[in-house]
Amino acid sequence: MQHFSLDAAHMFAGGMVLVSFMMLYQDRILGLINVFAAHAVVLTLSVSWQAYIQDAPHLYITAAIAFGLKAIGIPWALHRMVVRLGIHREIETVGGIGPTMLMGIVLVALSMVVMLPAAAEADPIAREDLALALSVILLGLLMMVTRQNAVSQIIGFMSLENGLILAATGAKGMPLVVEISVAFSVLVAFIVIGVFLFRIRERFDTVDTQALDDFREGRE
Amino acid sequence: MGLILDLLVQGTQMVLVLVLAPGLIGFTRKIKAHLLRRQGPPVLQPYYDLLRLVRKEAVLAHNASWLFRNAPYMIFATTWVAAALVPTFAANLHFSWAADLIAITALLGSSRFFLALVGMDIGTSFGGIGSSREMLFATLAEPAMIMIIFTVALVAGSTQLSEVATFMVTHTSLRVSLGLALIGLIIVALAENARIPVDNPATHLELTMVHEAMILEYSGRHLAVIELAAALKLLLYISMIACIFVPWGIAQPDDGILYLLLGAVTYLAKIAIGGFLMVVFETSIAKMRVFRAPEFLGGALMLGFLGTLLLFVSRSF
Amino acid sequence: MAIAVALWCVIGLIAVSAAAPALAARPQPLGTRLVYGASLILTGLLLLIGIAALLGGADFQGQKVLPIGLPWIGAHFSLDSLSAVFLIIVNLGGVAASLYALGYGLHEEAPGRVLPFYPAFLAGMNLVLLSADAFSFLVSWEFMSLSSWALVMSHHHEGENRKAGYVYLLMASFGTLMLMLAFGLLAGTSGDATFAAIMTAAHPDWISGAVLVLMLLGAGSKAGLVPLHVWLPLAHPAAPSHVSGLMSGVMTKVAVYGFIRVVFVLLGQPQWWWAVLLLVLGSLTAVLGVLQAVMQRDLKRLLAYSTVENIGIIFIGIGLALAFKTNGMGAAASLAIVSALLHCFNHSLFKNLLFLGAGNVLVGTGERDIEKLGGLIHRMPRTAYLFLGGCVAISALPPLNGFVSEWLLLQAILLSPDLPQWALRFLVPAAGAMLALAAALAGSCFVRAFGVTFLGRARSTAASEAHEAEPVSLKAMSLLIGLCLLAGTLPGPLIDSLSPVTSFLVAGHMPTQPLMPLLSIIPINESRSSYSGILVFGFIMASSWIAIRVIHNFASRAVRRAPPWDCGFPNADPATQYTADSFAQPIRRVFGPMFFRLKVDAHMPRPGDPKPATLAVTLRDLVWDFLYAPISGWVMFAAERLNVLQFLTIRSYLSLVFAALVALLFLVATWA
Repeated sequence: MQHFSLDAAHMFAGGMVLVSFMMLYQDRILGLINVFAAHAVVLTLSVSWQAYIQDAPHLYITAAIAFGLKAIGIPWALHRMVVRLGIHREIETVGGIGPTMLMGIVLVALSMVVMLPAAAEADPIAREDLALALSVILLGLLMMVTRQNAVSQIIGFMSLENGLILAATGAKGMPLVVEISVAFSVLVAFIVIGVFLFRIRERFDTVDTQALDDFREGRE
Repeated sequence: MGLILDLLVQGTQMVLVLVLAPGLIGFTRKIKAHLLRRQGPPVLQPYYDLLRLVRKEAVLAHNASWLFRNAPYMIFATTWVAAALVPTFAANLHFSWAADLIAITALLGSSRFFLALVGMDIGTSFGGIGSSREMLFATLAEPAMIMIIFTVALVAGSTQLSEVATFMVTHTSLRVSLGLALIGLIIVALAENARIPVDNPATHLELTMVHEAMILEYSGRHLAVIELAAALKLLLYISMIACIFVPWGIAQPDDGILYLLLGAVTYLAKIAIGGFLMVVFETSIAKMRVFRAPEFLGGALMLGFLGTLLLFVSRSF
Repeated sequence: MAIAVALWCVIGLIAVSAAAPALAARPQPLGTRLVYGASLILTGLLLLIGIAALLGGADFQGQKVLPIGLPWIGAHFSLDSLSAVFLIIVNLGGVAASLYALGYGLHEEAPGRVLPFYPAFLAGMNLVLLSADAFSFLVSWEFMSLSSWALVMSHHHEGENRKAGYVYLLMASFGTLMLMLAFGLLAGTSGDATFAAIMTAAHPDWISGAVLVLMLLGAGSKAGLVPLHVWLPLAHPAAPSHVSGLMSGVMTKVAVYGFIRVVFVLLGQPQWWWAVLLLVLGSLTAVLGVLQAVMQRDLKRLLAYSTVENIGIIFIGIGLALAFKTNGMGAAASLAIVSALLHCFNHSLFKNLLFLGAGNVLVGTGERDIEKLGGLIHRMPRTAYLFLGGCVAISALPPLNGFVSEWLLLQAILLSPDLPQWALRFLVPAAGAMLALAAALAGSCFVRAFGVTFLGRARSTAASEAHEAEPVSLKAMSLLIGLCLLAGTLPGPLIDSLSPVTSFLVAGHMPTQPLMPLLSIIPINESRSSYSGILVFGFIMASSWIAIRVIHNFASRAVRRAPPWDCGFPNADPATQYTADSFAQPIRRVFGPMFFRLKVDAHMPRPGDPKPATLAVTLRDLVWDFLYAPISGWVMFAAERLNVLQFLTIRSYLSLVFAALVALLFLVATWA
């Protein structure tokens, strides 16, 4: 049983990494939102599993928040927003998908190298989960860096946050309070950025952040 | 007695894959037609087609070379040998030590090599376009396959498919790396068998076809042999996925006749389910642009590489 | 004993070389036949000696000191199992090339420029393998370089060949300089430069490291390791085809020999970062080489780039062997080194074969540009058959030999998770992925090479009027393809015969390859992996025979000839065929942006505008841009500055010489 629970925890964490890669690969914005929802679903499963094997019922609440908010609420809102903005077209990545994926693999390797020897004394389930969580975080960052579109940057940010939750639940005894506050802060950030988006839309007719930069450079 | 049984199993396997392959094609076509609310041709239609083709005379272009006439048999033979070495209903194939997973991949590579060559033999533009694209997909699918093999081999400690199947039955466990390898293998299988989203087996629209463009000039018995080889290849990939990732039910070494029968029944169920899932996937998505396909296959390569990398880091992934 | 015969053979080759100018003046066929016939016999003898020394063990090995070279030291020569392996590779290539040239050489326009240097080139390569001290090694090396340079320059009327010769001379001098420094560091101040003395001396870590880097620069530049490969695709195709085959198939292996001799034998215990360096360079070489090969239009240059790829594969094998050796994993190291050595052997076979095939095409049509060929399978069926065999072998497809060595290499990679170093653990799977990518790209490269050259319809009158080559040339090629098949189906005895070399190099050996079941090869143990070439070959033959029998007996055998169908739009113009460039376009588009900074500038005029559409494709060679261009810039800059030195008085020149002498003496005084 111990063996199986370890395997399953790995499986879910590995699934998160896989879905992160799928987000990097996805170059249409509606597809990206759907993949993000899948990311949150895998996170939910992972957190519930952790709640089950650690016997920590408060983690179920975390799972419920992840599911309700990130798998359903935010994707639904983003979906509407994207359609209303009329940007459900292709989004461009900086430097092509192939190199981005290669970068992603390098980042995963890097997080393995950093985590596995550093936490050599920790028990394997937490150690390898932590390494995978760090990969998810780095892939989220990579996503934010390589995309020009504001919506996909937000999604990158939220996937990064999913990685943080994965790391936090993997380690035993993370207080729930922190978790809720993190979730709400993300929500707040989301709303702020959402409002911000509509402003951009009014002024520039685009949500491409490159346009913002061009505008600023033009003024200087 | 053991040796005779082993040889019998190997012989049965060789005949079995040959007999089942067109049936699988017919089955998937039928299911696909049903999903599209059509009646569809009978399941046995591919057999009728093959019989019809071998009876007809072969029409060769004026400038067809000796390679063009001989290559179909080469393509068929390499594919058949490869298919005969993938365990289907019994894990202990007598000749499984002759070629491991890498060799099976390379055998399929040989078959593709000749297929791409004959695409260029007549000197038509469609043949060339097919060969060129087939080789492009191969340049990504083959390394992806090798990486997937690495992942499986590192988990199972062997590249022999029989050993892998036995290992997988006895050491059931959930592995991240195997999950990655499974998804990668499915992508490779779709691309190698010219299925949607990479290629469309049903199309004859010139610029969207890859596999069909290469065999455009074939007719009669040559075409029949190539079609049979293509069907064998599809069966091979589904059997391979079944034997690595869902090996349950497969007869183990030293099992009796009863277990062999049980293995055969579960094998039939597995390929039926595999074919069904493939058709459901195919009907639910659209074909990709040609230059989107390399990214798709690059994804498979990346998954295989990631799986291997994880295993190199820690054996418990 | 054997070593003496070998040296006599080499002396014989040099004598033939000396007599060649006189023979070349004879009426054409005779002189050519005499020179190549003599080379054939002498290389054949050397081949036998090599085989005897490898299989016969100590009885046929030995050492010899000749009183030539440096006074009081003499020239040391020796024959051991390692040099025996490469003696076989070199002289097998020599035999095939000489046999081929008995026919091909008759078409040579300027035999006087080829005949004298050809035996000398063979002699030079053999001497490198036999030398056992630094001085004779370097002299032989330089002899080999210069004689091959003369052969590259044999068609010096074409400007491109002159440029190739210049670049080759530059890189060869650079390589020899690096080797000289490496041996200088190895021999130290003791002055005893025999290999035996170097081997027993202790080398500090930094010296070993420096020697490794210098060997990579020196031997690597001769072998064609990226980024030192630039001369290779220029020089190899410029020589006559049988010499191209020797340079690509054999001379690069001599460079690999030099590297293995120094790094595995003379340097002693390796350090793990050497393996990192080799794996990185090897994988880069493999992928860059084959990517360039896919895009070439010149058949011989395509083959030369493919040599670069194969050298990369060999160096991946050597790197793995070093990694395993560092960690004391003898069995794994022997597997890796066997795969590298076997690939050396295999590559020498099929690369020779392919270059000879290219030579037939060149003689038959006068064209090297594959865009102007096509349909040669009808005019040159036997060449086409043999070339096809070479293509299958080099694309690593079973049941031929290229597959066997790459399969062994992949098996060696599968053993590497046991390595303790983190860097290696991450690097080895990446090298494996690059290796697999290179192998797959090689497949598409040779589908393109064969398909465009031999299949389809003739794209020029030269191609439509091609003629088949001489029977003796085809015999040489048949010999090579036969060996390819033999090595592919029965690799077991080959692997067994390499075991003295592996125990000598990495102090380990692979398991003895069993005769039963049916000569399969087993890298580690039977449950882990095995492969039986002969059985796979037999199965393929049997099943295609069954298929042909069944269909011809029970179904139609009728054949009707008709115009091609081509979806209903057949066009008789050969220009409508897929070209070599269009075949490579998808690969260029996928890999170009990353490896060559591909830029495609397509300009379509508006509808109604009669201007032609334009398409401009630019590919940058990044190695050239980032390494060679800056270096040549600095050299030009320095030359510009030093120009003043050309206009000094004699007195100032003398004072410069004097100052240099005093400075050196001062250095010597302070060093000791």
